[in-house]
Amino acid sequence: MTEGTLLSVEDVIVDLPTPRGNLRAVDRVDLTIGAGRTLGVVGESGCGKTMLSRAILQLLPKRAKLSGRVMFDGQDLLQLSPEKLRKLRGRSLAVVFQDPMTSLNPVLTIGTQLIETLQEHLELDMAAATRRSVELLAAVGIPAPEQRLMQYPHQLSGGMRQRVAIAIALSCEPKLLIADEPTTALDVTIQAQILDLLAREQRRRHMAMILITHDLGVVAGRTDEVAVMYAGRVVERAPTPALFKKMRMPYTEALLAALPKIDAAPHTPLPAISGRPPDPTRPLKGCSFSPRCRYAWAQCHVEKPRLEESNSPAHQFACFRPIGTGAGAGA
Amino acid sequence: MTQQASPAVSNDPLLDVDNLVVEYPVGNKIVHAVSGVSLQIARGETLGLVGESGCGKSTLGRAVLQLRRPVSGRVLFDGQDLTAMHGDTLRLMRRRVQLIFQDPIASLNPRRRIGDIIAEPLIISGVKDSAKRQKLVDEALSAVGLDPALVVGRLPHEFSGGQCQRICIARALVLNPEFIVCDEPVSALDVSIRAQILNLLEEMKSRYGLTLLFIAHDLAVVKAVSDRVAVMYLGRLCEVGPSEQLFARPAHPYTALLIEAIPMPDPDVRPAETVPVGEPPSPISPPSGCRFRTRCPRADQRCSDEMPELRAVASGQFVACHHPLI
Ligand SMILES: Nc1ncnc2c1ncn2[C@@H]1O[C@H](COP(=O)(O)OP(=O)(O)O)[C@@H](O)[C@H]1O
Ligand SMILES: Nc1ncnc2c1ncn2[C@@H]1O[C@H](COP(=O)(O)OP(=O)(O)O)[C@@H](O)[C@H]1O
Ligand code: SF4
Ligand code: SF4
Ligand SMILES: [Mg+2]
Ligand SMILES: [Mg+2]
Repeated sequence: MTEGTLLSVEDVIVDLPTPRGNLRAVDRVDLTIGAGRTLGVVGESGCGKTMLSRAILQLLPKRAKLSGRVMFDGQDLLQLSPEKLRKLRGRSLAVVFQDPMTSLNPVLTIGTQLIETLQEHLELDMAAATRRSVELLAAVGIPAPEQRLMQYPHQLSGGMRQRVAIAIALSCEPKLLIADEPTTALDVTIQAQILDLLAREQRRRHMAMILITHDLGVVAGRTDEVAVMYAGRVVERAPTPALFKKMRMPYTEALLAALPKIDAAPHTPLPAISGRPPDPTRPLKGCSFSPRCRYAWAQCHVEKPRLEESNSPAHQFACFRPIGTGAGAGA
Repeated sequence: MTQQASPAVSNDPLLDVDNLVVEYPVGNKIVHAVSGVSLQIARGETLGLVGESGCGKSTLGRAVLQLRRPVSGRVLFDGQDLTAMHGDTLRLMRRRVQLIFQDPIASLNPRRRIGDIIAEPLIISGVKDSAKRQKLVDEALSAVGLDPALVVGRLPHEFSGGQCQRICIARALVLNPEFIVCDEPVSALDVSIRAQILNLLEEMKSRYGLTLLFIAHDLAVVKAVSDRVAVMYLGRLCEVGPSEQLFARPAHPYTALLIEAIPMPDPDVRPAETVPVGEPPSPISPPSGCRFRTRCPRADQRCSDEMPELRAVASGQFVACHHPLI
């Protein structure tokens, strides 16, 4: 770990036993994130984003096998006792899931859940915890916060529930927030509000954030760095502006091209990616993207490209024929 | 009370919805899901319908097909009023109109084989010759890019979401309809599969000469396939106009807000921090006057006193707002 690194994920593999055989959900992932920085993790569903975040949080399904190292704030998470991990997750390491009900208890009021979290982790008394809860609900944009304390999650809209889940995640001033598709289930207008909220709190608290999404548009203006995942691997990683200016990996390019463009004329055919990701219980010998890649050549089908840097050490990609090289796809 | 002007698109539209009102009673209250919507769709046209969830898009789509009977209003399809039809007449008419849903997996019966699922509309509409049915099923599957030989004997769970949506499209096409309501057909799909399905719908549209009502909550998706776009808010239409014109010069504050909220895949476009505050109010007790006024930055007294009617602001562009942006 280098100076200023808050989290480092080193050679992490997550294997899941399934009736069809072993499923490698995360395949040798390396990532780092500095204090107060934001990392976007982008990829299609099933590419291993959630398993990666669960590996960081040490919240994997029971049968999952994890190898590699996860260093967070100077501690090796794989070596921590369950008790210590629980404490850590409540305080310095927080998470918001796509479905806010994953982290909300349906039979407790919003107030009880917030106040209990604050009392347990920050050892506040009842009055102080209540005051802090109201402040937090106001900070995440919930109108009439005093009244909301008495309400149950089901009495709130999806967007409001996600705000409450964020309030709980932020309550103990975490150093790292993992937001796993926090807006995928929400309308664009609510999505924009929640993303703004996360960005604002992230800056204000100097908190690091991993923002997981399947939409490149979501990470574009809101992250320092982006990691693109495909079939369990990180296939391209770069500072956000560099990635959008010069994508190297054909999958990243294809993902961007497939988004409907607001400035394109109606009925413009979209450059779709043909086929779909490989079955994760039947890993391919070569590049996982090779069956769908329009630049694939013989080597791609027999050998796996490694994640490597070229000109800039900050920009890494796993491809034999990166876009924009003489021999490569963009030539 | 809820009358809105009807923006005419042609003298002979395939679909002409006039002042449609749809409500759901819940307990002793009423959900005002669609409150006086009028729109027309020309033959061969795709009309996009956008709005936040809960604004009544699905209700409108279902009421057009008479899957939910409206409280009042008319739905003229090819000149005939569907709201006045019952029994066999309605069933016959239904062959010409189809519906594709958001959740492709849930809309396929998990215990039936794909071949039977697609043949079912044929059986219901009285195609008795099984060889003919099989031929039509094979044609529909091939049209959506699936190999009939590999698909007909299998069950829905053996297919991915994108493939299930192809199967649903094949089922909708098998009766050779003229009009399809696509209710958020790509909202549940990943970016890459979404593009495949959007392209497929466009291809089917030109091959079969279809007319589409394309519902989505994502404006960028709607724009990609629609000739015109209708923007809906809390049961009413805010704005209707040609897609490009609407995006270039939105007249309704809500349309502008929806455009603003689209996440742009461009790091130089810093997301505007001005975006929309709050959420839509309940359709059980919608605000007086303009239903958008509780979230609108331009709202004034007139907006709570007076309901804005749809009126022309530019060629083909209609807006329901007292203080439009153009
Ligand atoms: N509890 C589980 N048991 C077995 N396989 C799982 C489980 N959860 C997810 N998977 C599989 O692991 C892979 C990665 O899934 P996930 O991390 O959820 O992807 P993403 O979050 O990118 O959509 C997928 O192939 C998925 O089917
Ligand atoms: N069967 C129903 N019974 C009662 N309320 C309903 C029913 N279906 C929809 N609604 C309500 O009607 C309104 C419009 O819903 P819907 O047409 O599904 O909106 P959209 O498709 O735009 O999300 C919502 O407030 C919704 O809760
Ligand atoms: S390694 Fe080959 S198949 Fe894989 S992305 Fe690069 S060009 Fe395509
Ligand atoms: S009528 Fe008034 S409240 Fe409604 S959109 Fe126009 S300005 Fe806003
Ligand atoms: Mg996930
Ligand atoms: Mg709907």
